[in-house]
Amino acid sequence: MIPELGHFALVLALVLALVQAVVPMIGANRNRFALMAVGRPAAQGQFFFILVSYVCLTWAFIQSDFSVQLAASNSHSATPLMYKITGVWGNHEGSLLLWAMSLSLWTVAVTVFSRHLPEAFVARVLGVLGWVSAGFLSFLLVTSNPFDRLLPGAGEGRDLNPLLQDPGMIIHPPLLYMGYVGFSVAFAFAIAALLSGRMDAAWARWSRPWTTVAWVFLTVGIAVGSGWAYYELGWGGWWFWDPVENASFMPWLLGTALMHSLAVTEKRGAFRSWTVLLAISAFSMSLLGTFIVRSGVITSVHAFATDPKRGLFILALLVIVIGVSLLLYAWRAPRLGGGGSFSFVSRETALLGNNVLLSVASASVLLGTMYPLFLDALGMGKISVGPPYFEAVFIPLMTPVVVLMMFGPFLRWKDDDLLAAVRKVVPAFIASVAIGVGTAFALDHVTWRTVLGLALAAWVVLASIQLLAGRFTERAGAAMGARLRSITAAWWGMWLAHLGVGVFIIGVTLVGSLNANLDVKMQDGQRAELAGYTFTFRGVQDANGPNYDAARATIDVSRGERTIATLKPEKRLYLAQGMPMTEAAIDIGPFRDVYVSLGEQVSDGTWIVSIYYKPFISWVWLGCLLMALGGVFAVADRRYRRLAAREAAVATNQRLA
Amino acid sequence: MKPRSKRLMLIGGGVALLVAAVALVLSAFQQNLVFFHTPSEVAEGKAPVGKTFRVGGMVEDGSIRREPDGLTVSFAITDTAKVIPVSYRGTLPDLFKEGKGAVVQGKLEADGTFRASEVLAKHDENYMPPEAAHAVEQASKAAATLSQ
Repeated sequence: MIPELGHFALVLALVLALVQAVVPMIGANRNRFALMAVGRPAAQGQFFFILVSYVCLTWAFIQSDFSVQLAASNSHSATPLMYKITGVWGNHEGSLLLWAMSLSLWTVAVTVFSRHLPEAFVARVLGVLGWVSAGFLSFLLVTSNPFDRLLPGAGEGRDLNPLLQDPGMIIHPPLLYMGYVGFSVAFAFAIAALLSGRMDAAWARWSRPWTTVAWVFLTVGIAVGSGWAYYELGWGGWWFWDPVENASFMPWLLGTALMHSLAVTEKRGAFRSWTVLLAISAFSMSLLGTFIVRSGVITSVHAFATDPKRGLFILALLVIVIGVSLLLYAWRAPRLGGGGSFSFVSRETALLGNNVLLSVASASVLLGTMYPLFLDALGMGKISVGPPYFEAVFIPLMTPVVVLMMFGPFLRWKDDDLLAAVRKVVPAFIASVAIGVGTAFALDHVTWRTVLGLALAAWVVLASIQLLAGRFTERAGAAMGARLRSITAAWWGMWLAHLGVGVFIIGVTLVGSLNANLDVKMQDGQRAELAGYTFTFRGVQDANGPNYDAARATIDVSRGERTIATLKPEKRLYLAQGMPMTEAAIDIGPFRDVYVSLGEQVSDGTWIVSIYYKPFISWVWLGCLLMALGGVFAVADRRYRRLAAREAAVATNQRLA
Repeated sequence: MKPRSKRLMLIGGGVALLVAAVALVLSAFQQNLVFFHTPSEVAEGKAPVGKTFRVGGMVEDGSIRREPDGLTVSFAITDTAKVIPVSYRGTLPDLFKEGKGAVVQGKLEADGTFRASEVLAKHDENYMPPEAAHAVEQASKAAATLSQ
């Protein structure tokens, strides 16, 4: 009964999505406030019904109702409660439901935080979001009903893929989806602007916080996913250039470009058409990502579906969304106008340069991800494009991005003197090169990659310090507190996020240059040495869990005479699917991780052990978190609230008049 | 400078940057493509020696053998028609088993052994790496044509 209720709620949600898609749009075109006002309640009602549907599905998982096909394939009565709940999205249908729910949540957020915007604009935004939602809900209902029954019901479930039974997987998909789907708001704002022909600084200011929040979610989501891969896949890698990772990275790159382009449109009125195009592209990449991950065109841990009908449906959805928005763009964008002019040497140019580079980077990921799929689909042979390609592309593309990223803030808007600006940063630049070379020598690891990475990181840190110092001395004479207060939250956000890039580069460079690993056959009492640490094998015990059997090794890690940690890596066998799993054990430190995973048993009491020494790996994620924190600061800026209050007053007056 | 020539400079600079970036991407792409060959193709000498490529198929039953050092593994990949000996040093994926699909990436040695730098197996019990499935399918098609 409850699954049917969930199914029915989903149908109702689709009906409301269609109402939300059609009625406010008509209202906006005919300037009828009564019709426009339908948007908000329709969106909120839609969210309610999707939530009901989602809760019903979760209920089937918690109750181990194995007459529901989805629960039978992805849960087990012995699965821990937490993984029963997260198992809901550990499969194709459930994760699409989560997709639809995050879209609906974003839409509700728009209905709540848009009181200060003109009614017609909000109506169009809600209409666009309604269309997207209707597309996804019908996809769910037509091809991927999560409530399909299994008759007769299964006696026992087949359990969730053990790789997904992990704390990281509890938060990774929701965060990532909130990020992915969040770009739909920026997209809807852009389409609404094209439809209304209104595209000004105010529009950019409304879009900015939404884009930034989506970007923050996506950043944290990607970082968590990377952390999961690091400790769950058992060999210490943190990024694999896997199509699924690329699917989330492409919208991230374009989203980053969009945030910066929006900044220019808001402050200077320039880049209008470019900003709209980026908003369309970023969301298209999110949809493409969904297609790549969900259609089964690639096989990876994320690809649950291999039903061609589904792939076709998403592809059609993709073509419609991209096609319609580009047509609209081609038709309307020429009317948007050029906006503020600027000279060759200006902050605008620096931002434009980075925008172009980020877009090319995104396109290069697209090429590397999609080209093999195309060839395969056309029957022209199978190829694969691995990490060497992406590394060969990203180092030269990102180096100028990082240099410009720290040089741009020293330039004034509109027009500046190149020589004067260069003179400001020359000391920091020379010092960075010196630090890069010097540190590489000190580490006794002189390769051009190490030198380049360290120099770039030093450049980011030194230039950040110089920027902050400049900001302080600007108001010489004022009290310390007053000087601090004069710096806006948005500025701190920029500063933190850029510093985060520096921290990230330090992590990537050092873990790439200095990591060490050793595969070794060990038995009780045997020792191995790596990077100055001694690892002593203390045998293996049984350690069975609720839905798996495991062998747990004990390995003492010591440095000199001092014992640092006792690591207990496991080899698990998940019973329902007969699937083995490696559970690594990590001693996490601020400057290095020591990582141990248990391989195969070679003979009785003898095991293969993989040992990894990963210097500065936490800095990779710390850098991502700093970037995300920067985004949070930027959104928290007071001027958004101040301006929102003023616009709300104007909007109310308009309505009354 | 006149606004017109300023704009031209800006556009010219942008286009130059774009062209350079695209050239970089395409050349990196060309150099780093990894091709896929079935064991039959390798046996026929169609695969390059000394260049990285991928081979997929089933791990032949009874072929997994560990060298005395305990770390180097040798096994054979087959598409049911031809068999390619593979040697690999490192940890094998959890789901690497005899009689199951696997894809190996590495280089062909002059003696006909494939030295793998990477071994990919399936992610769960149902899934077969598409390259492995493809290789077996090709071989059975070839066998069907021969027997006709």
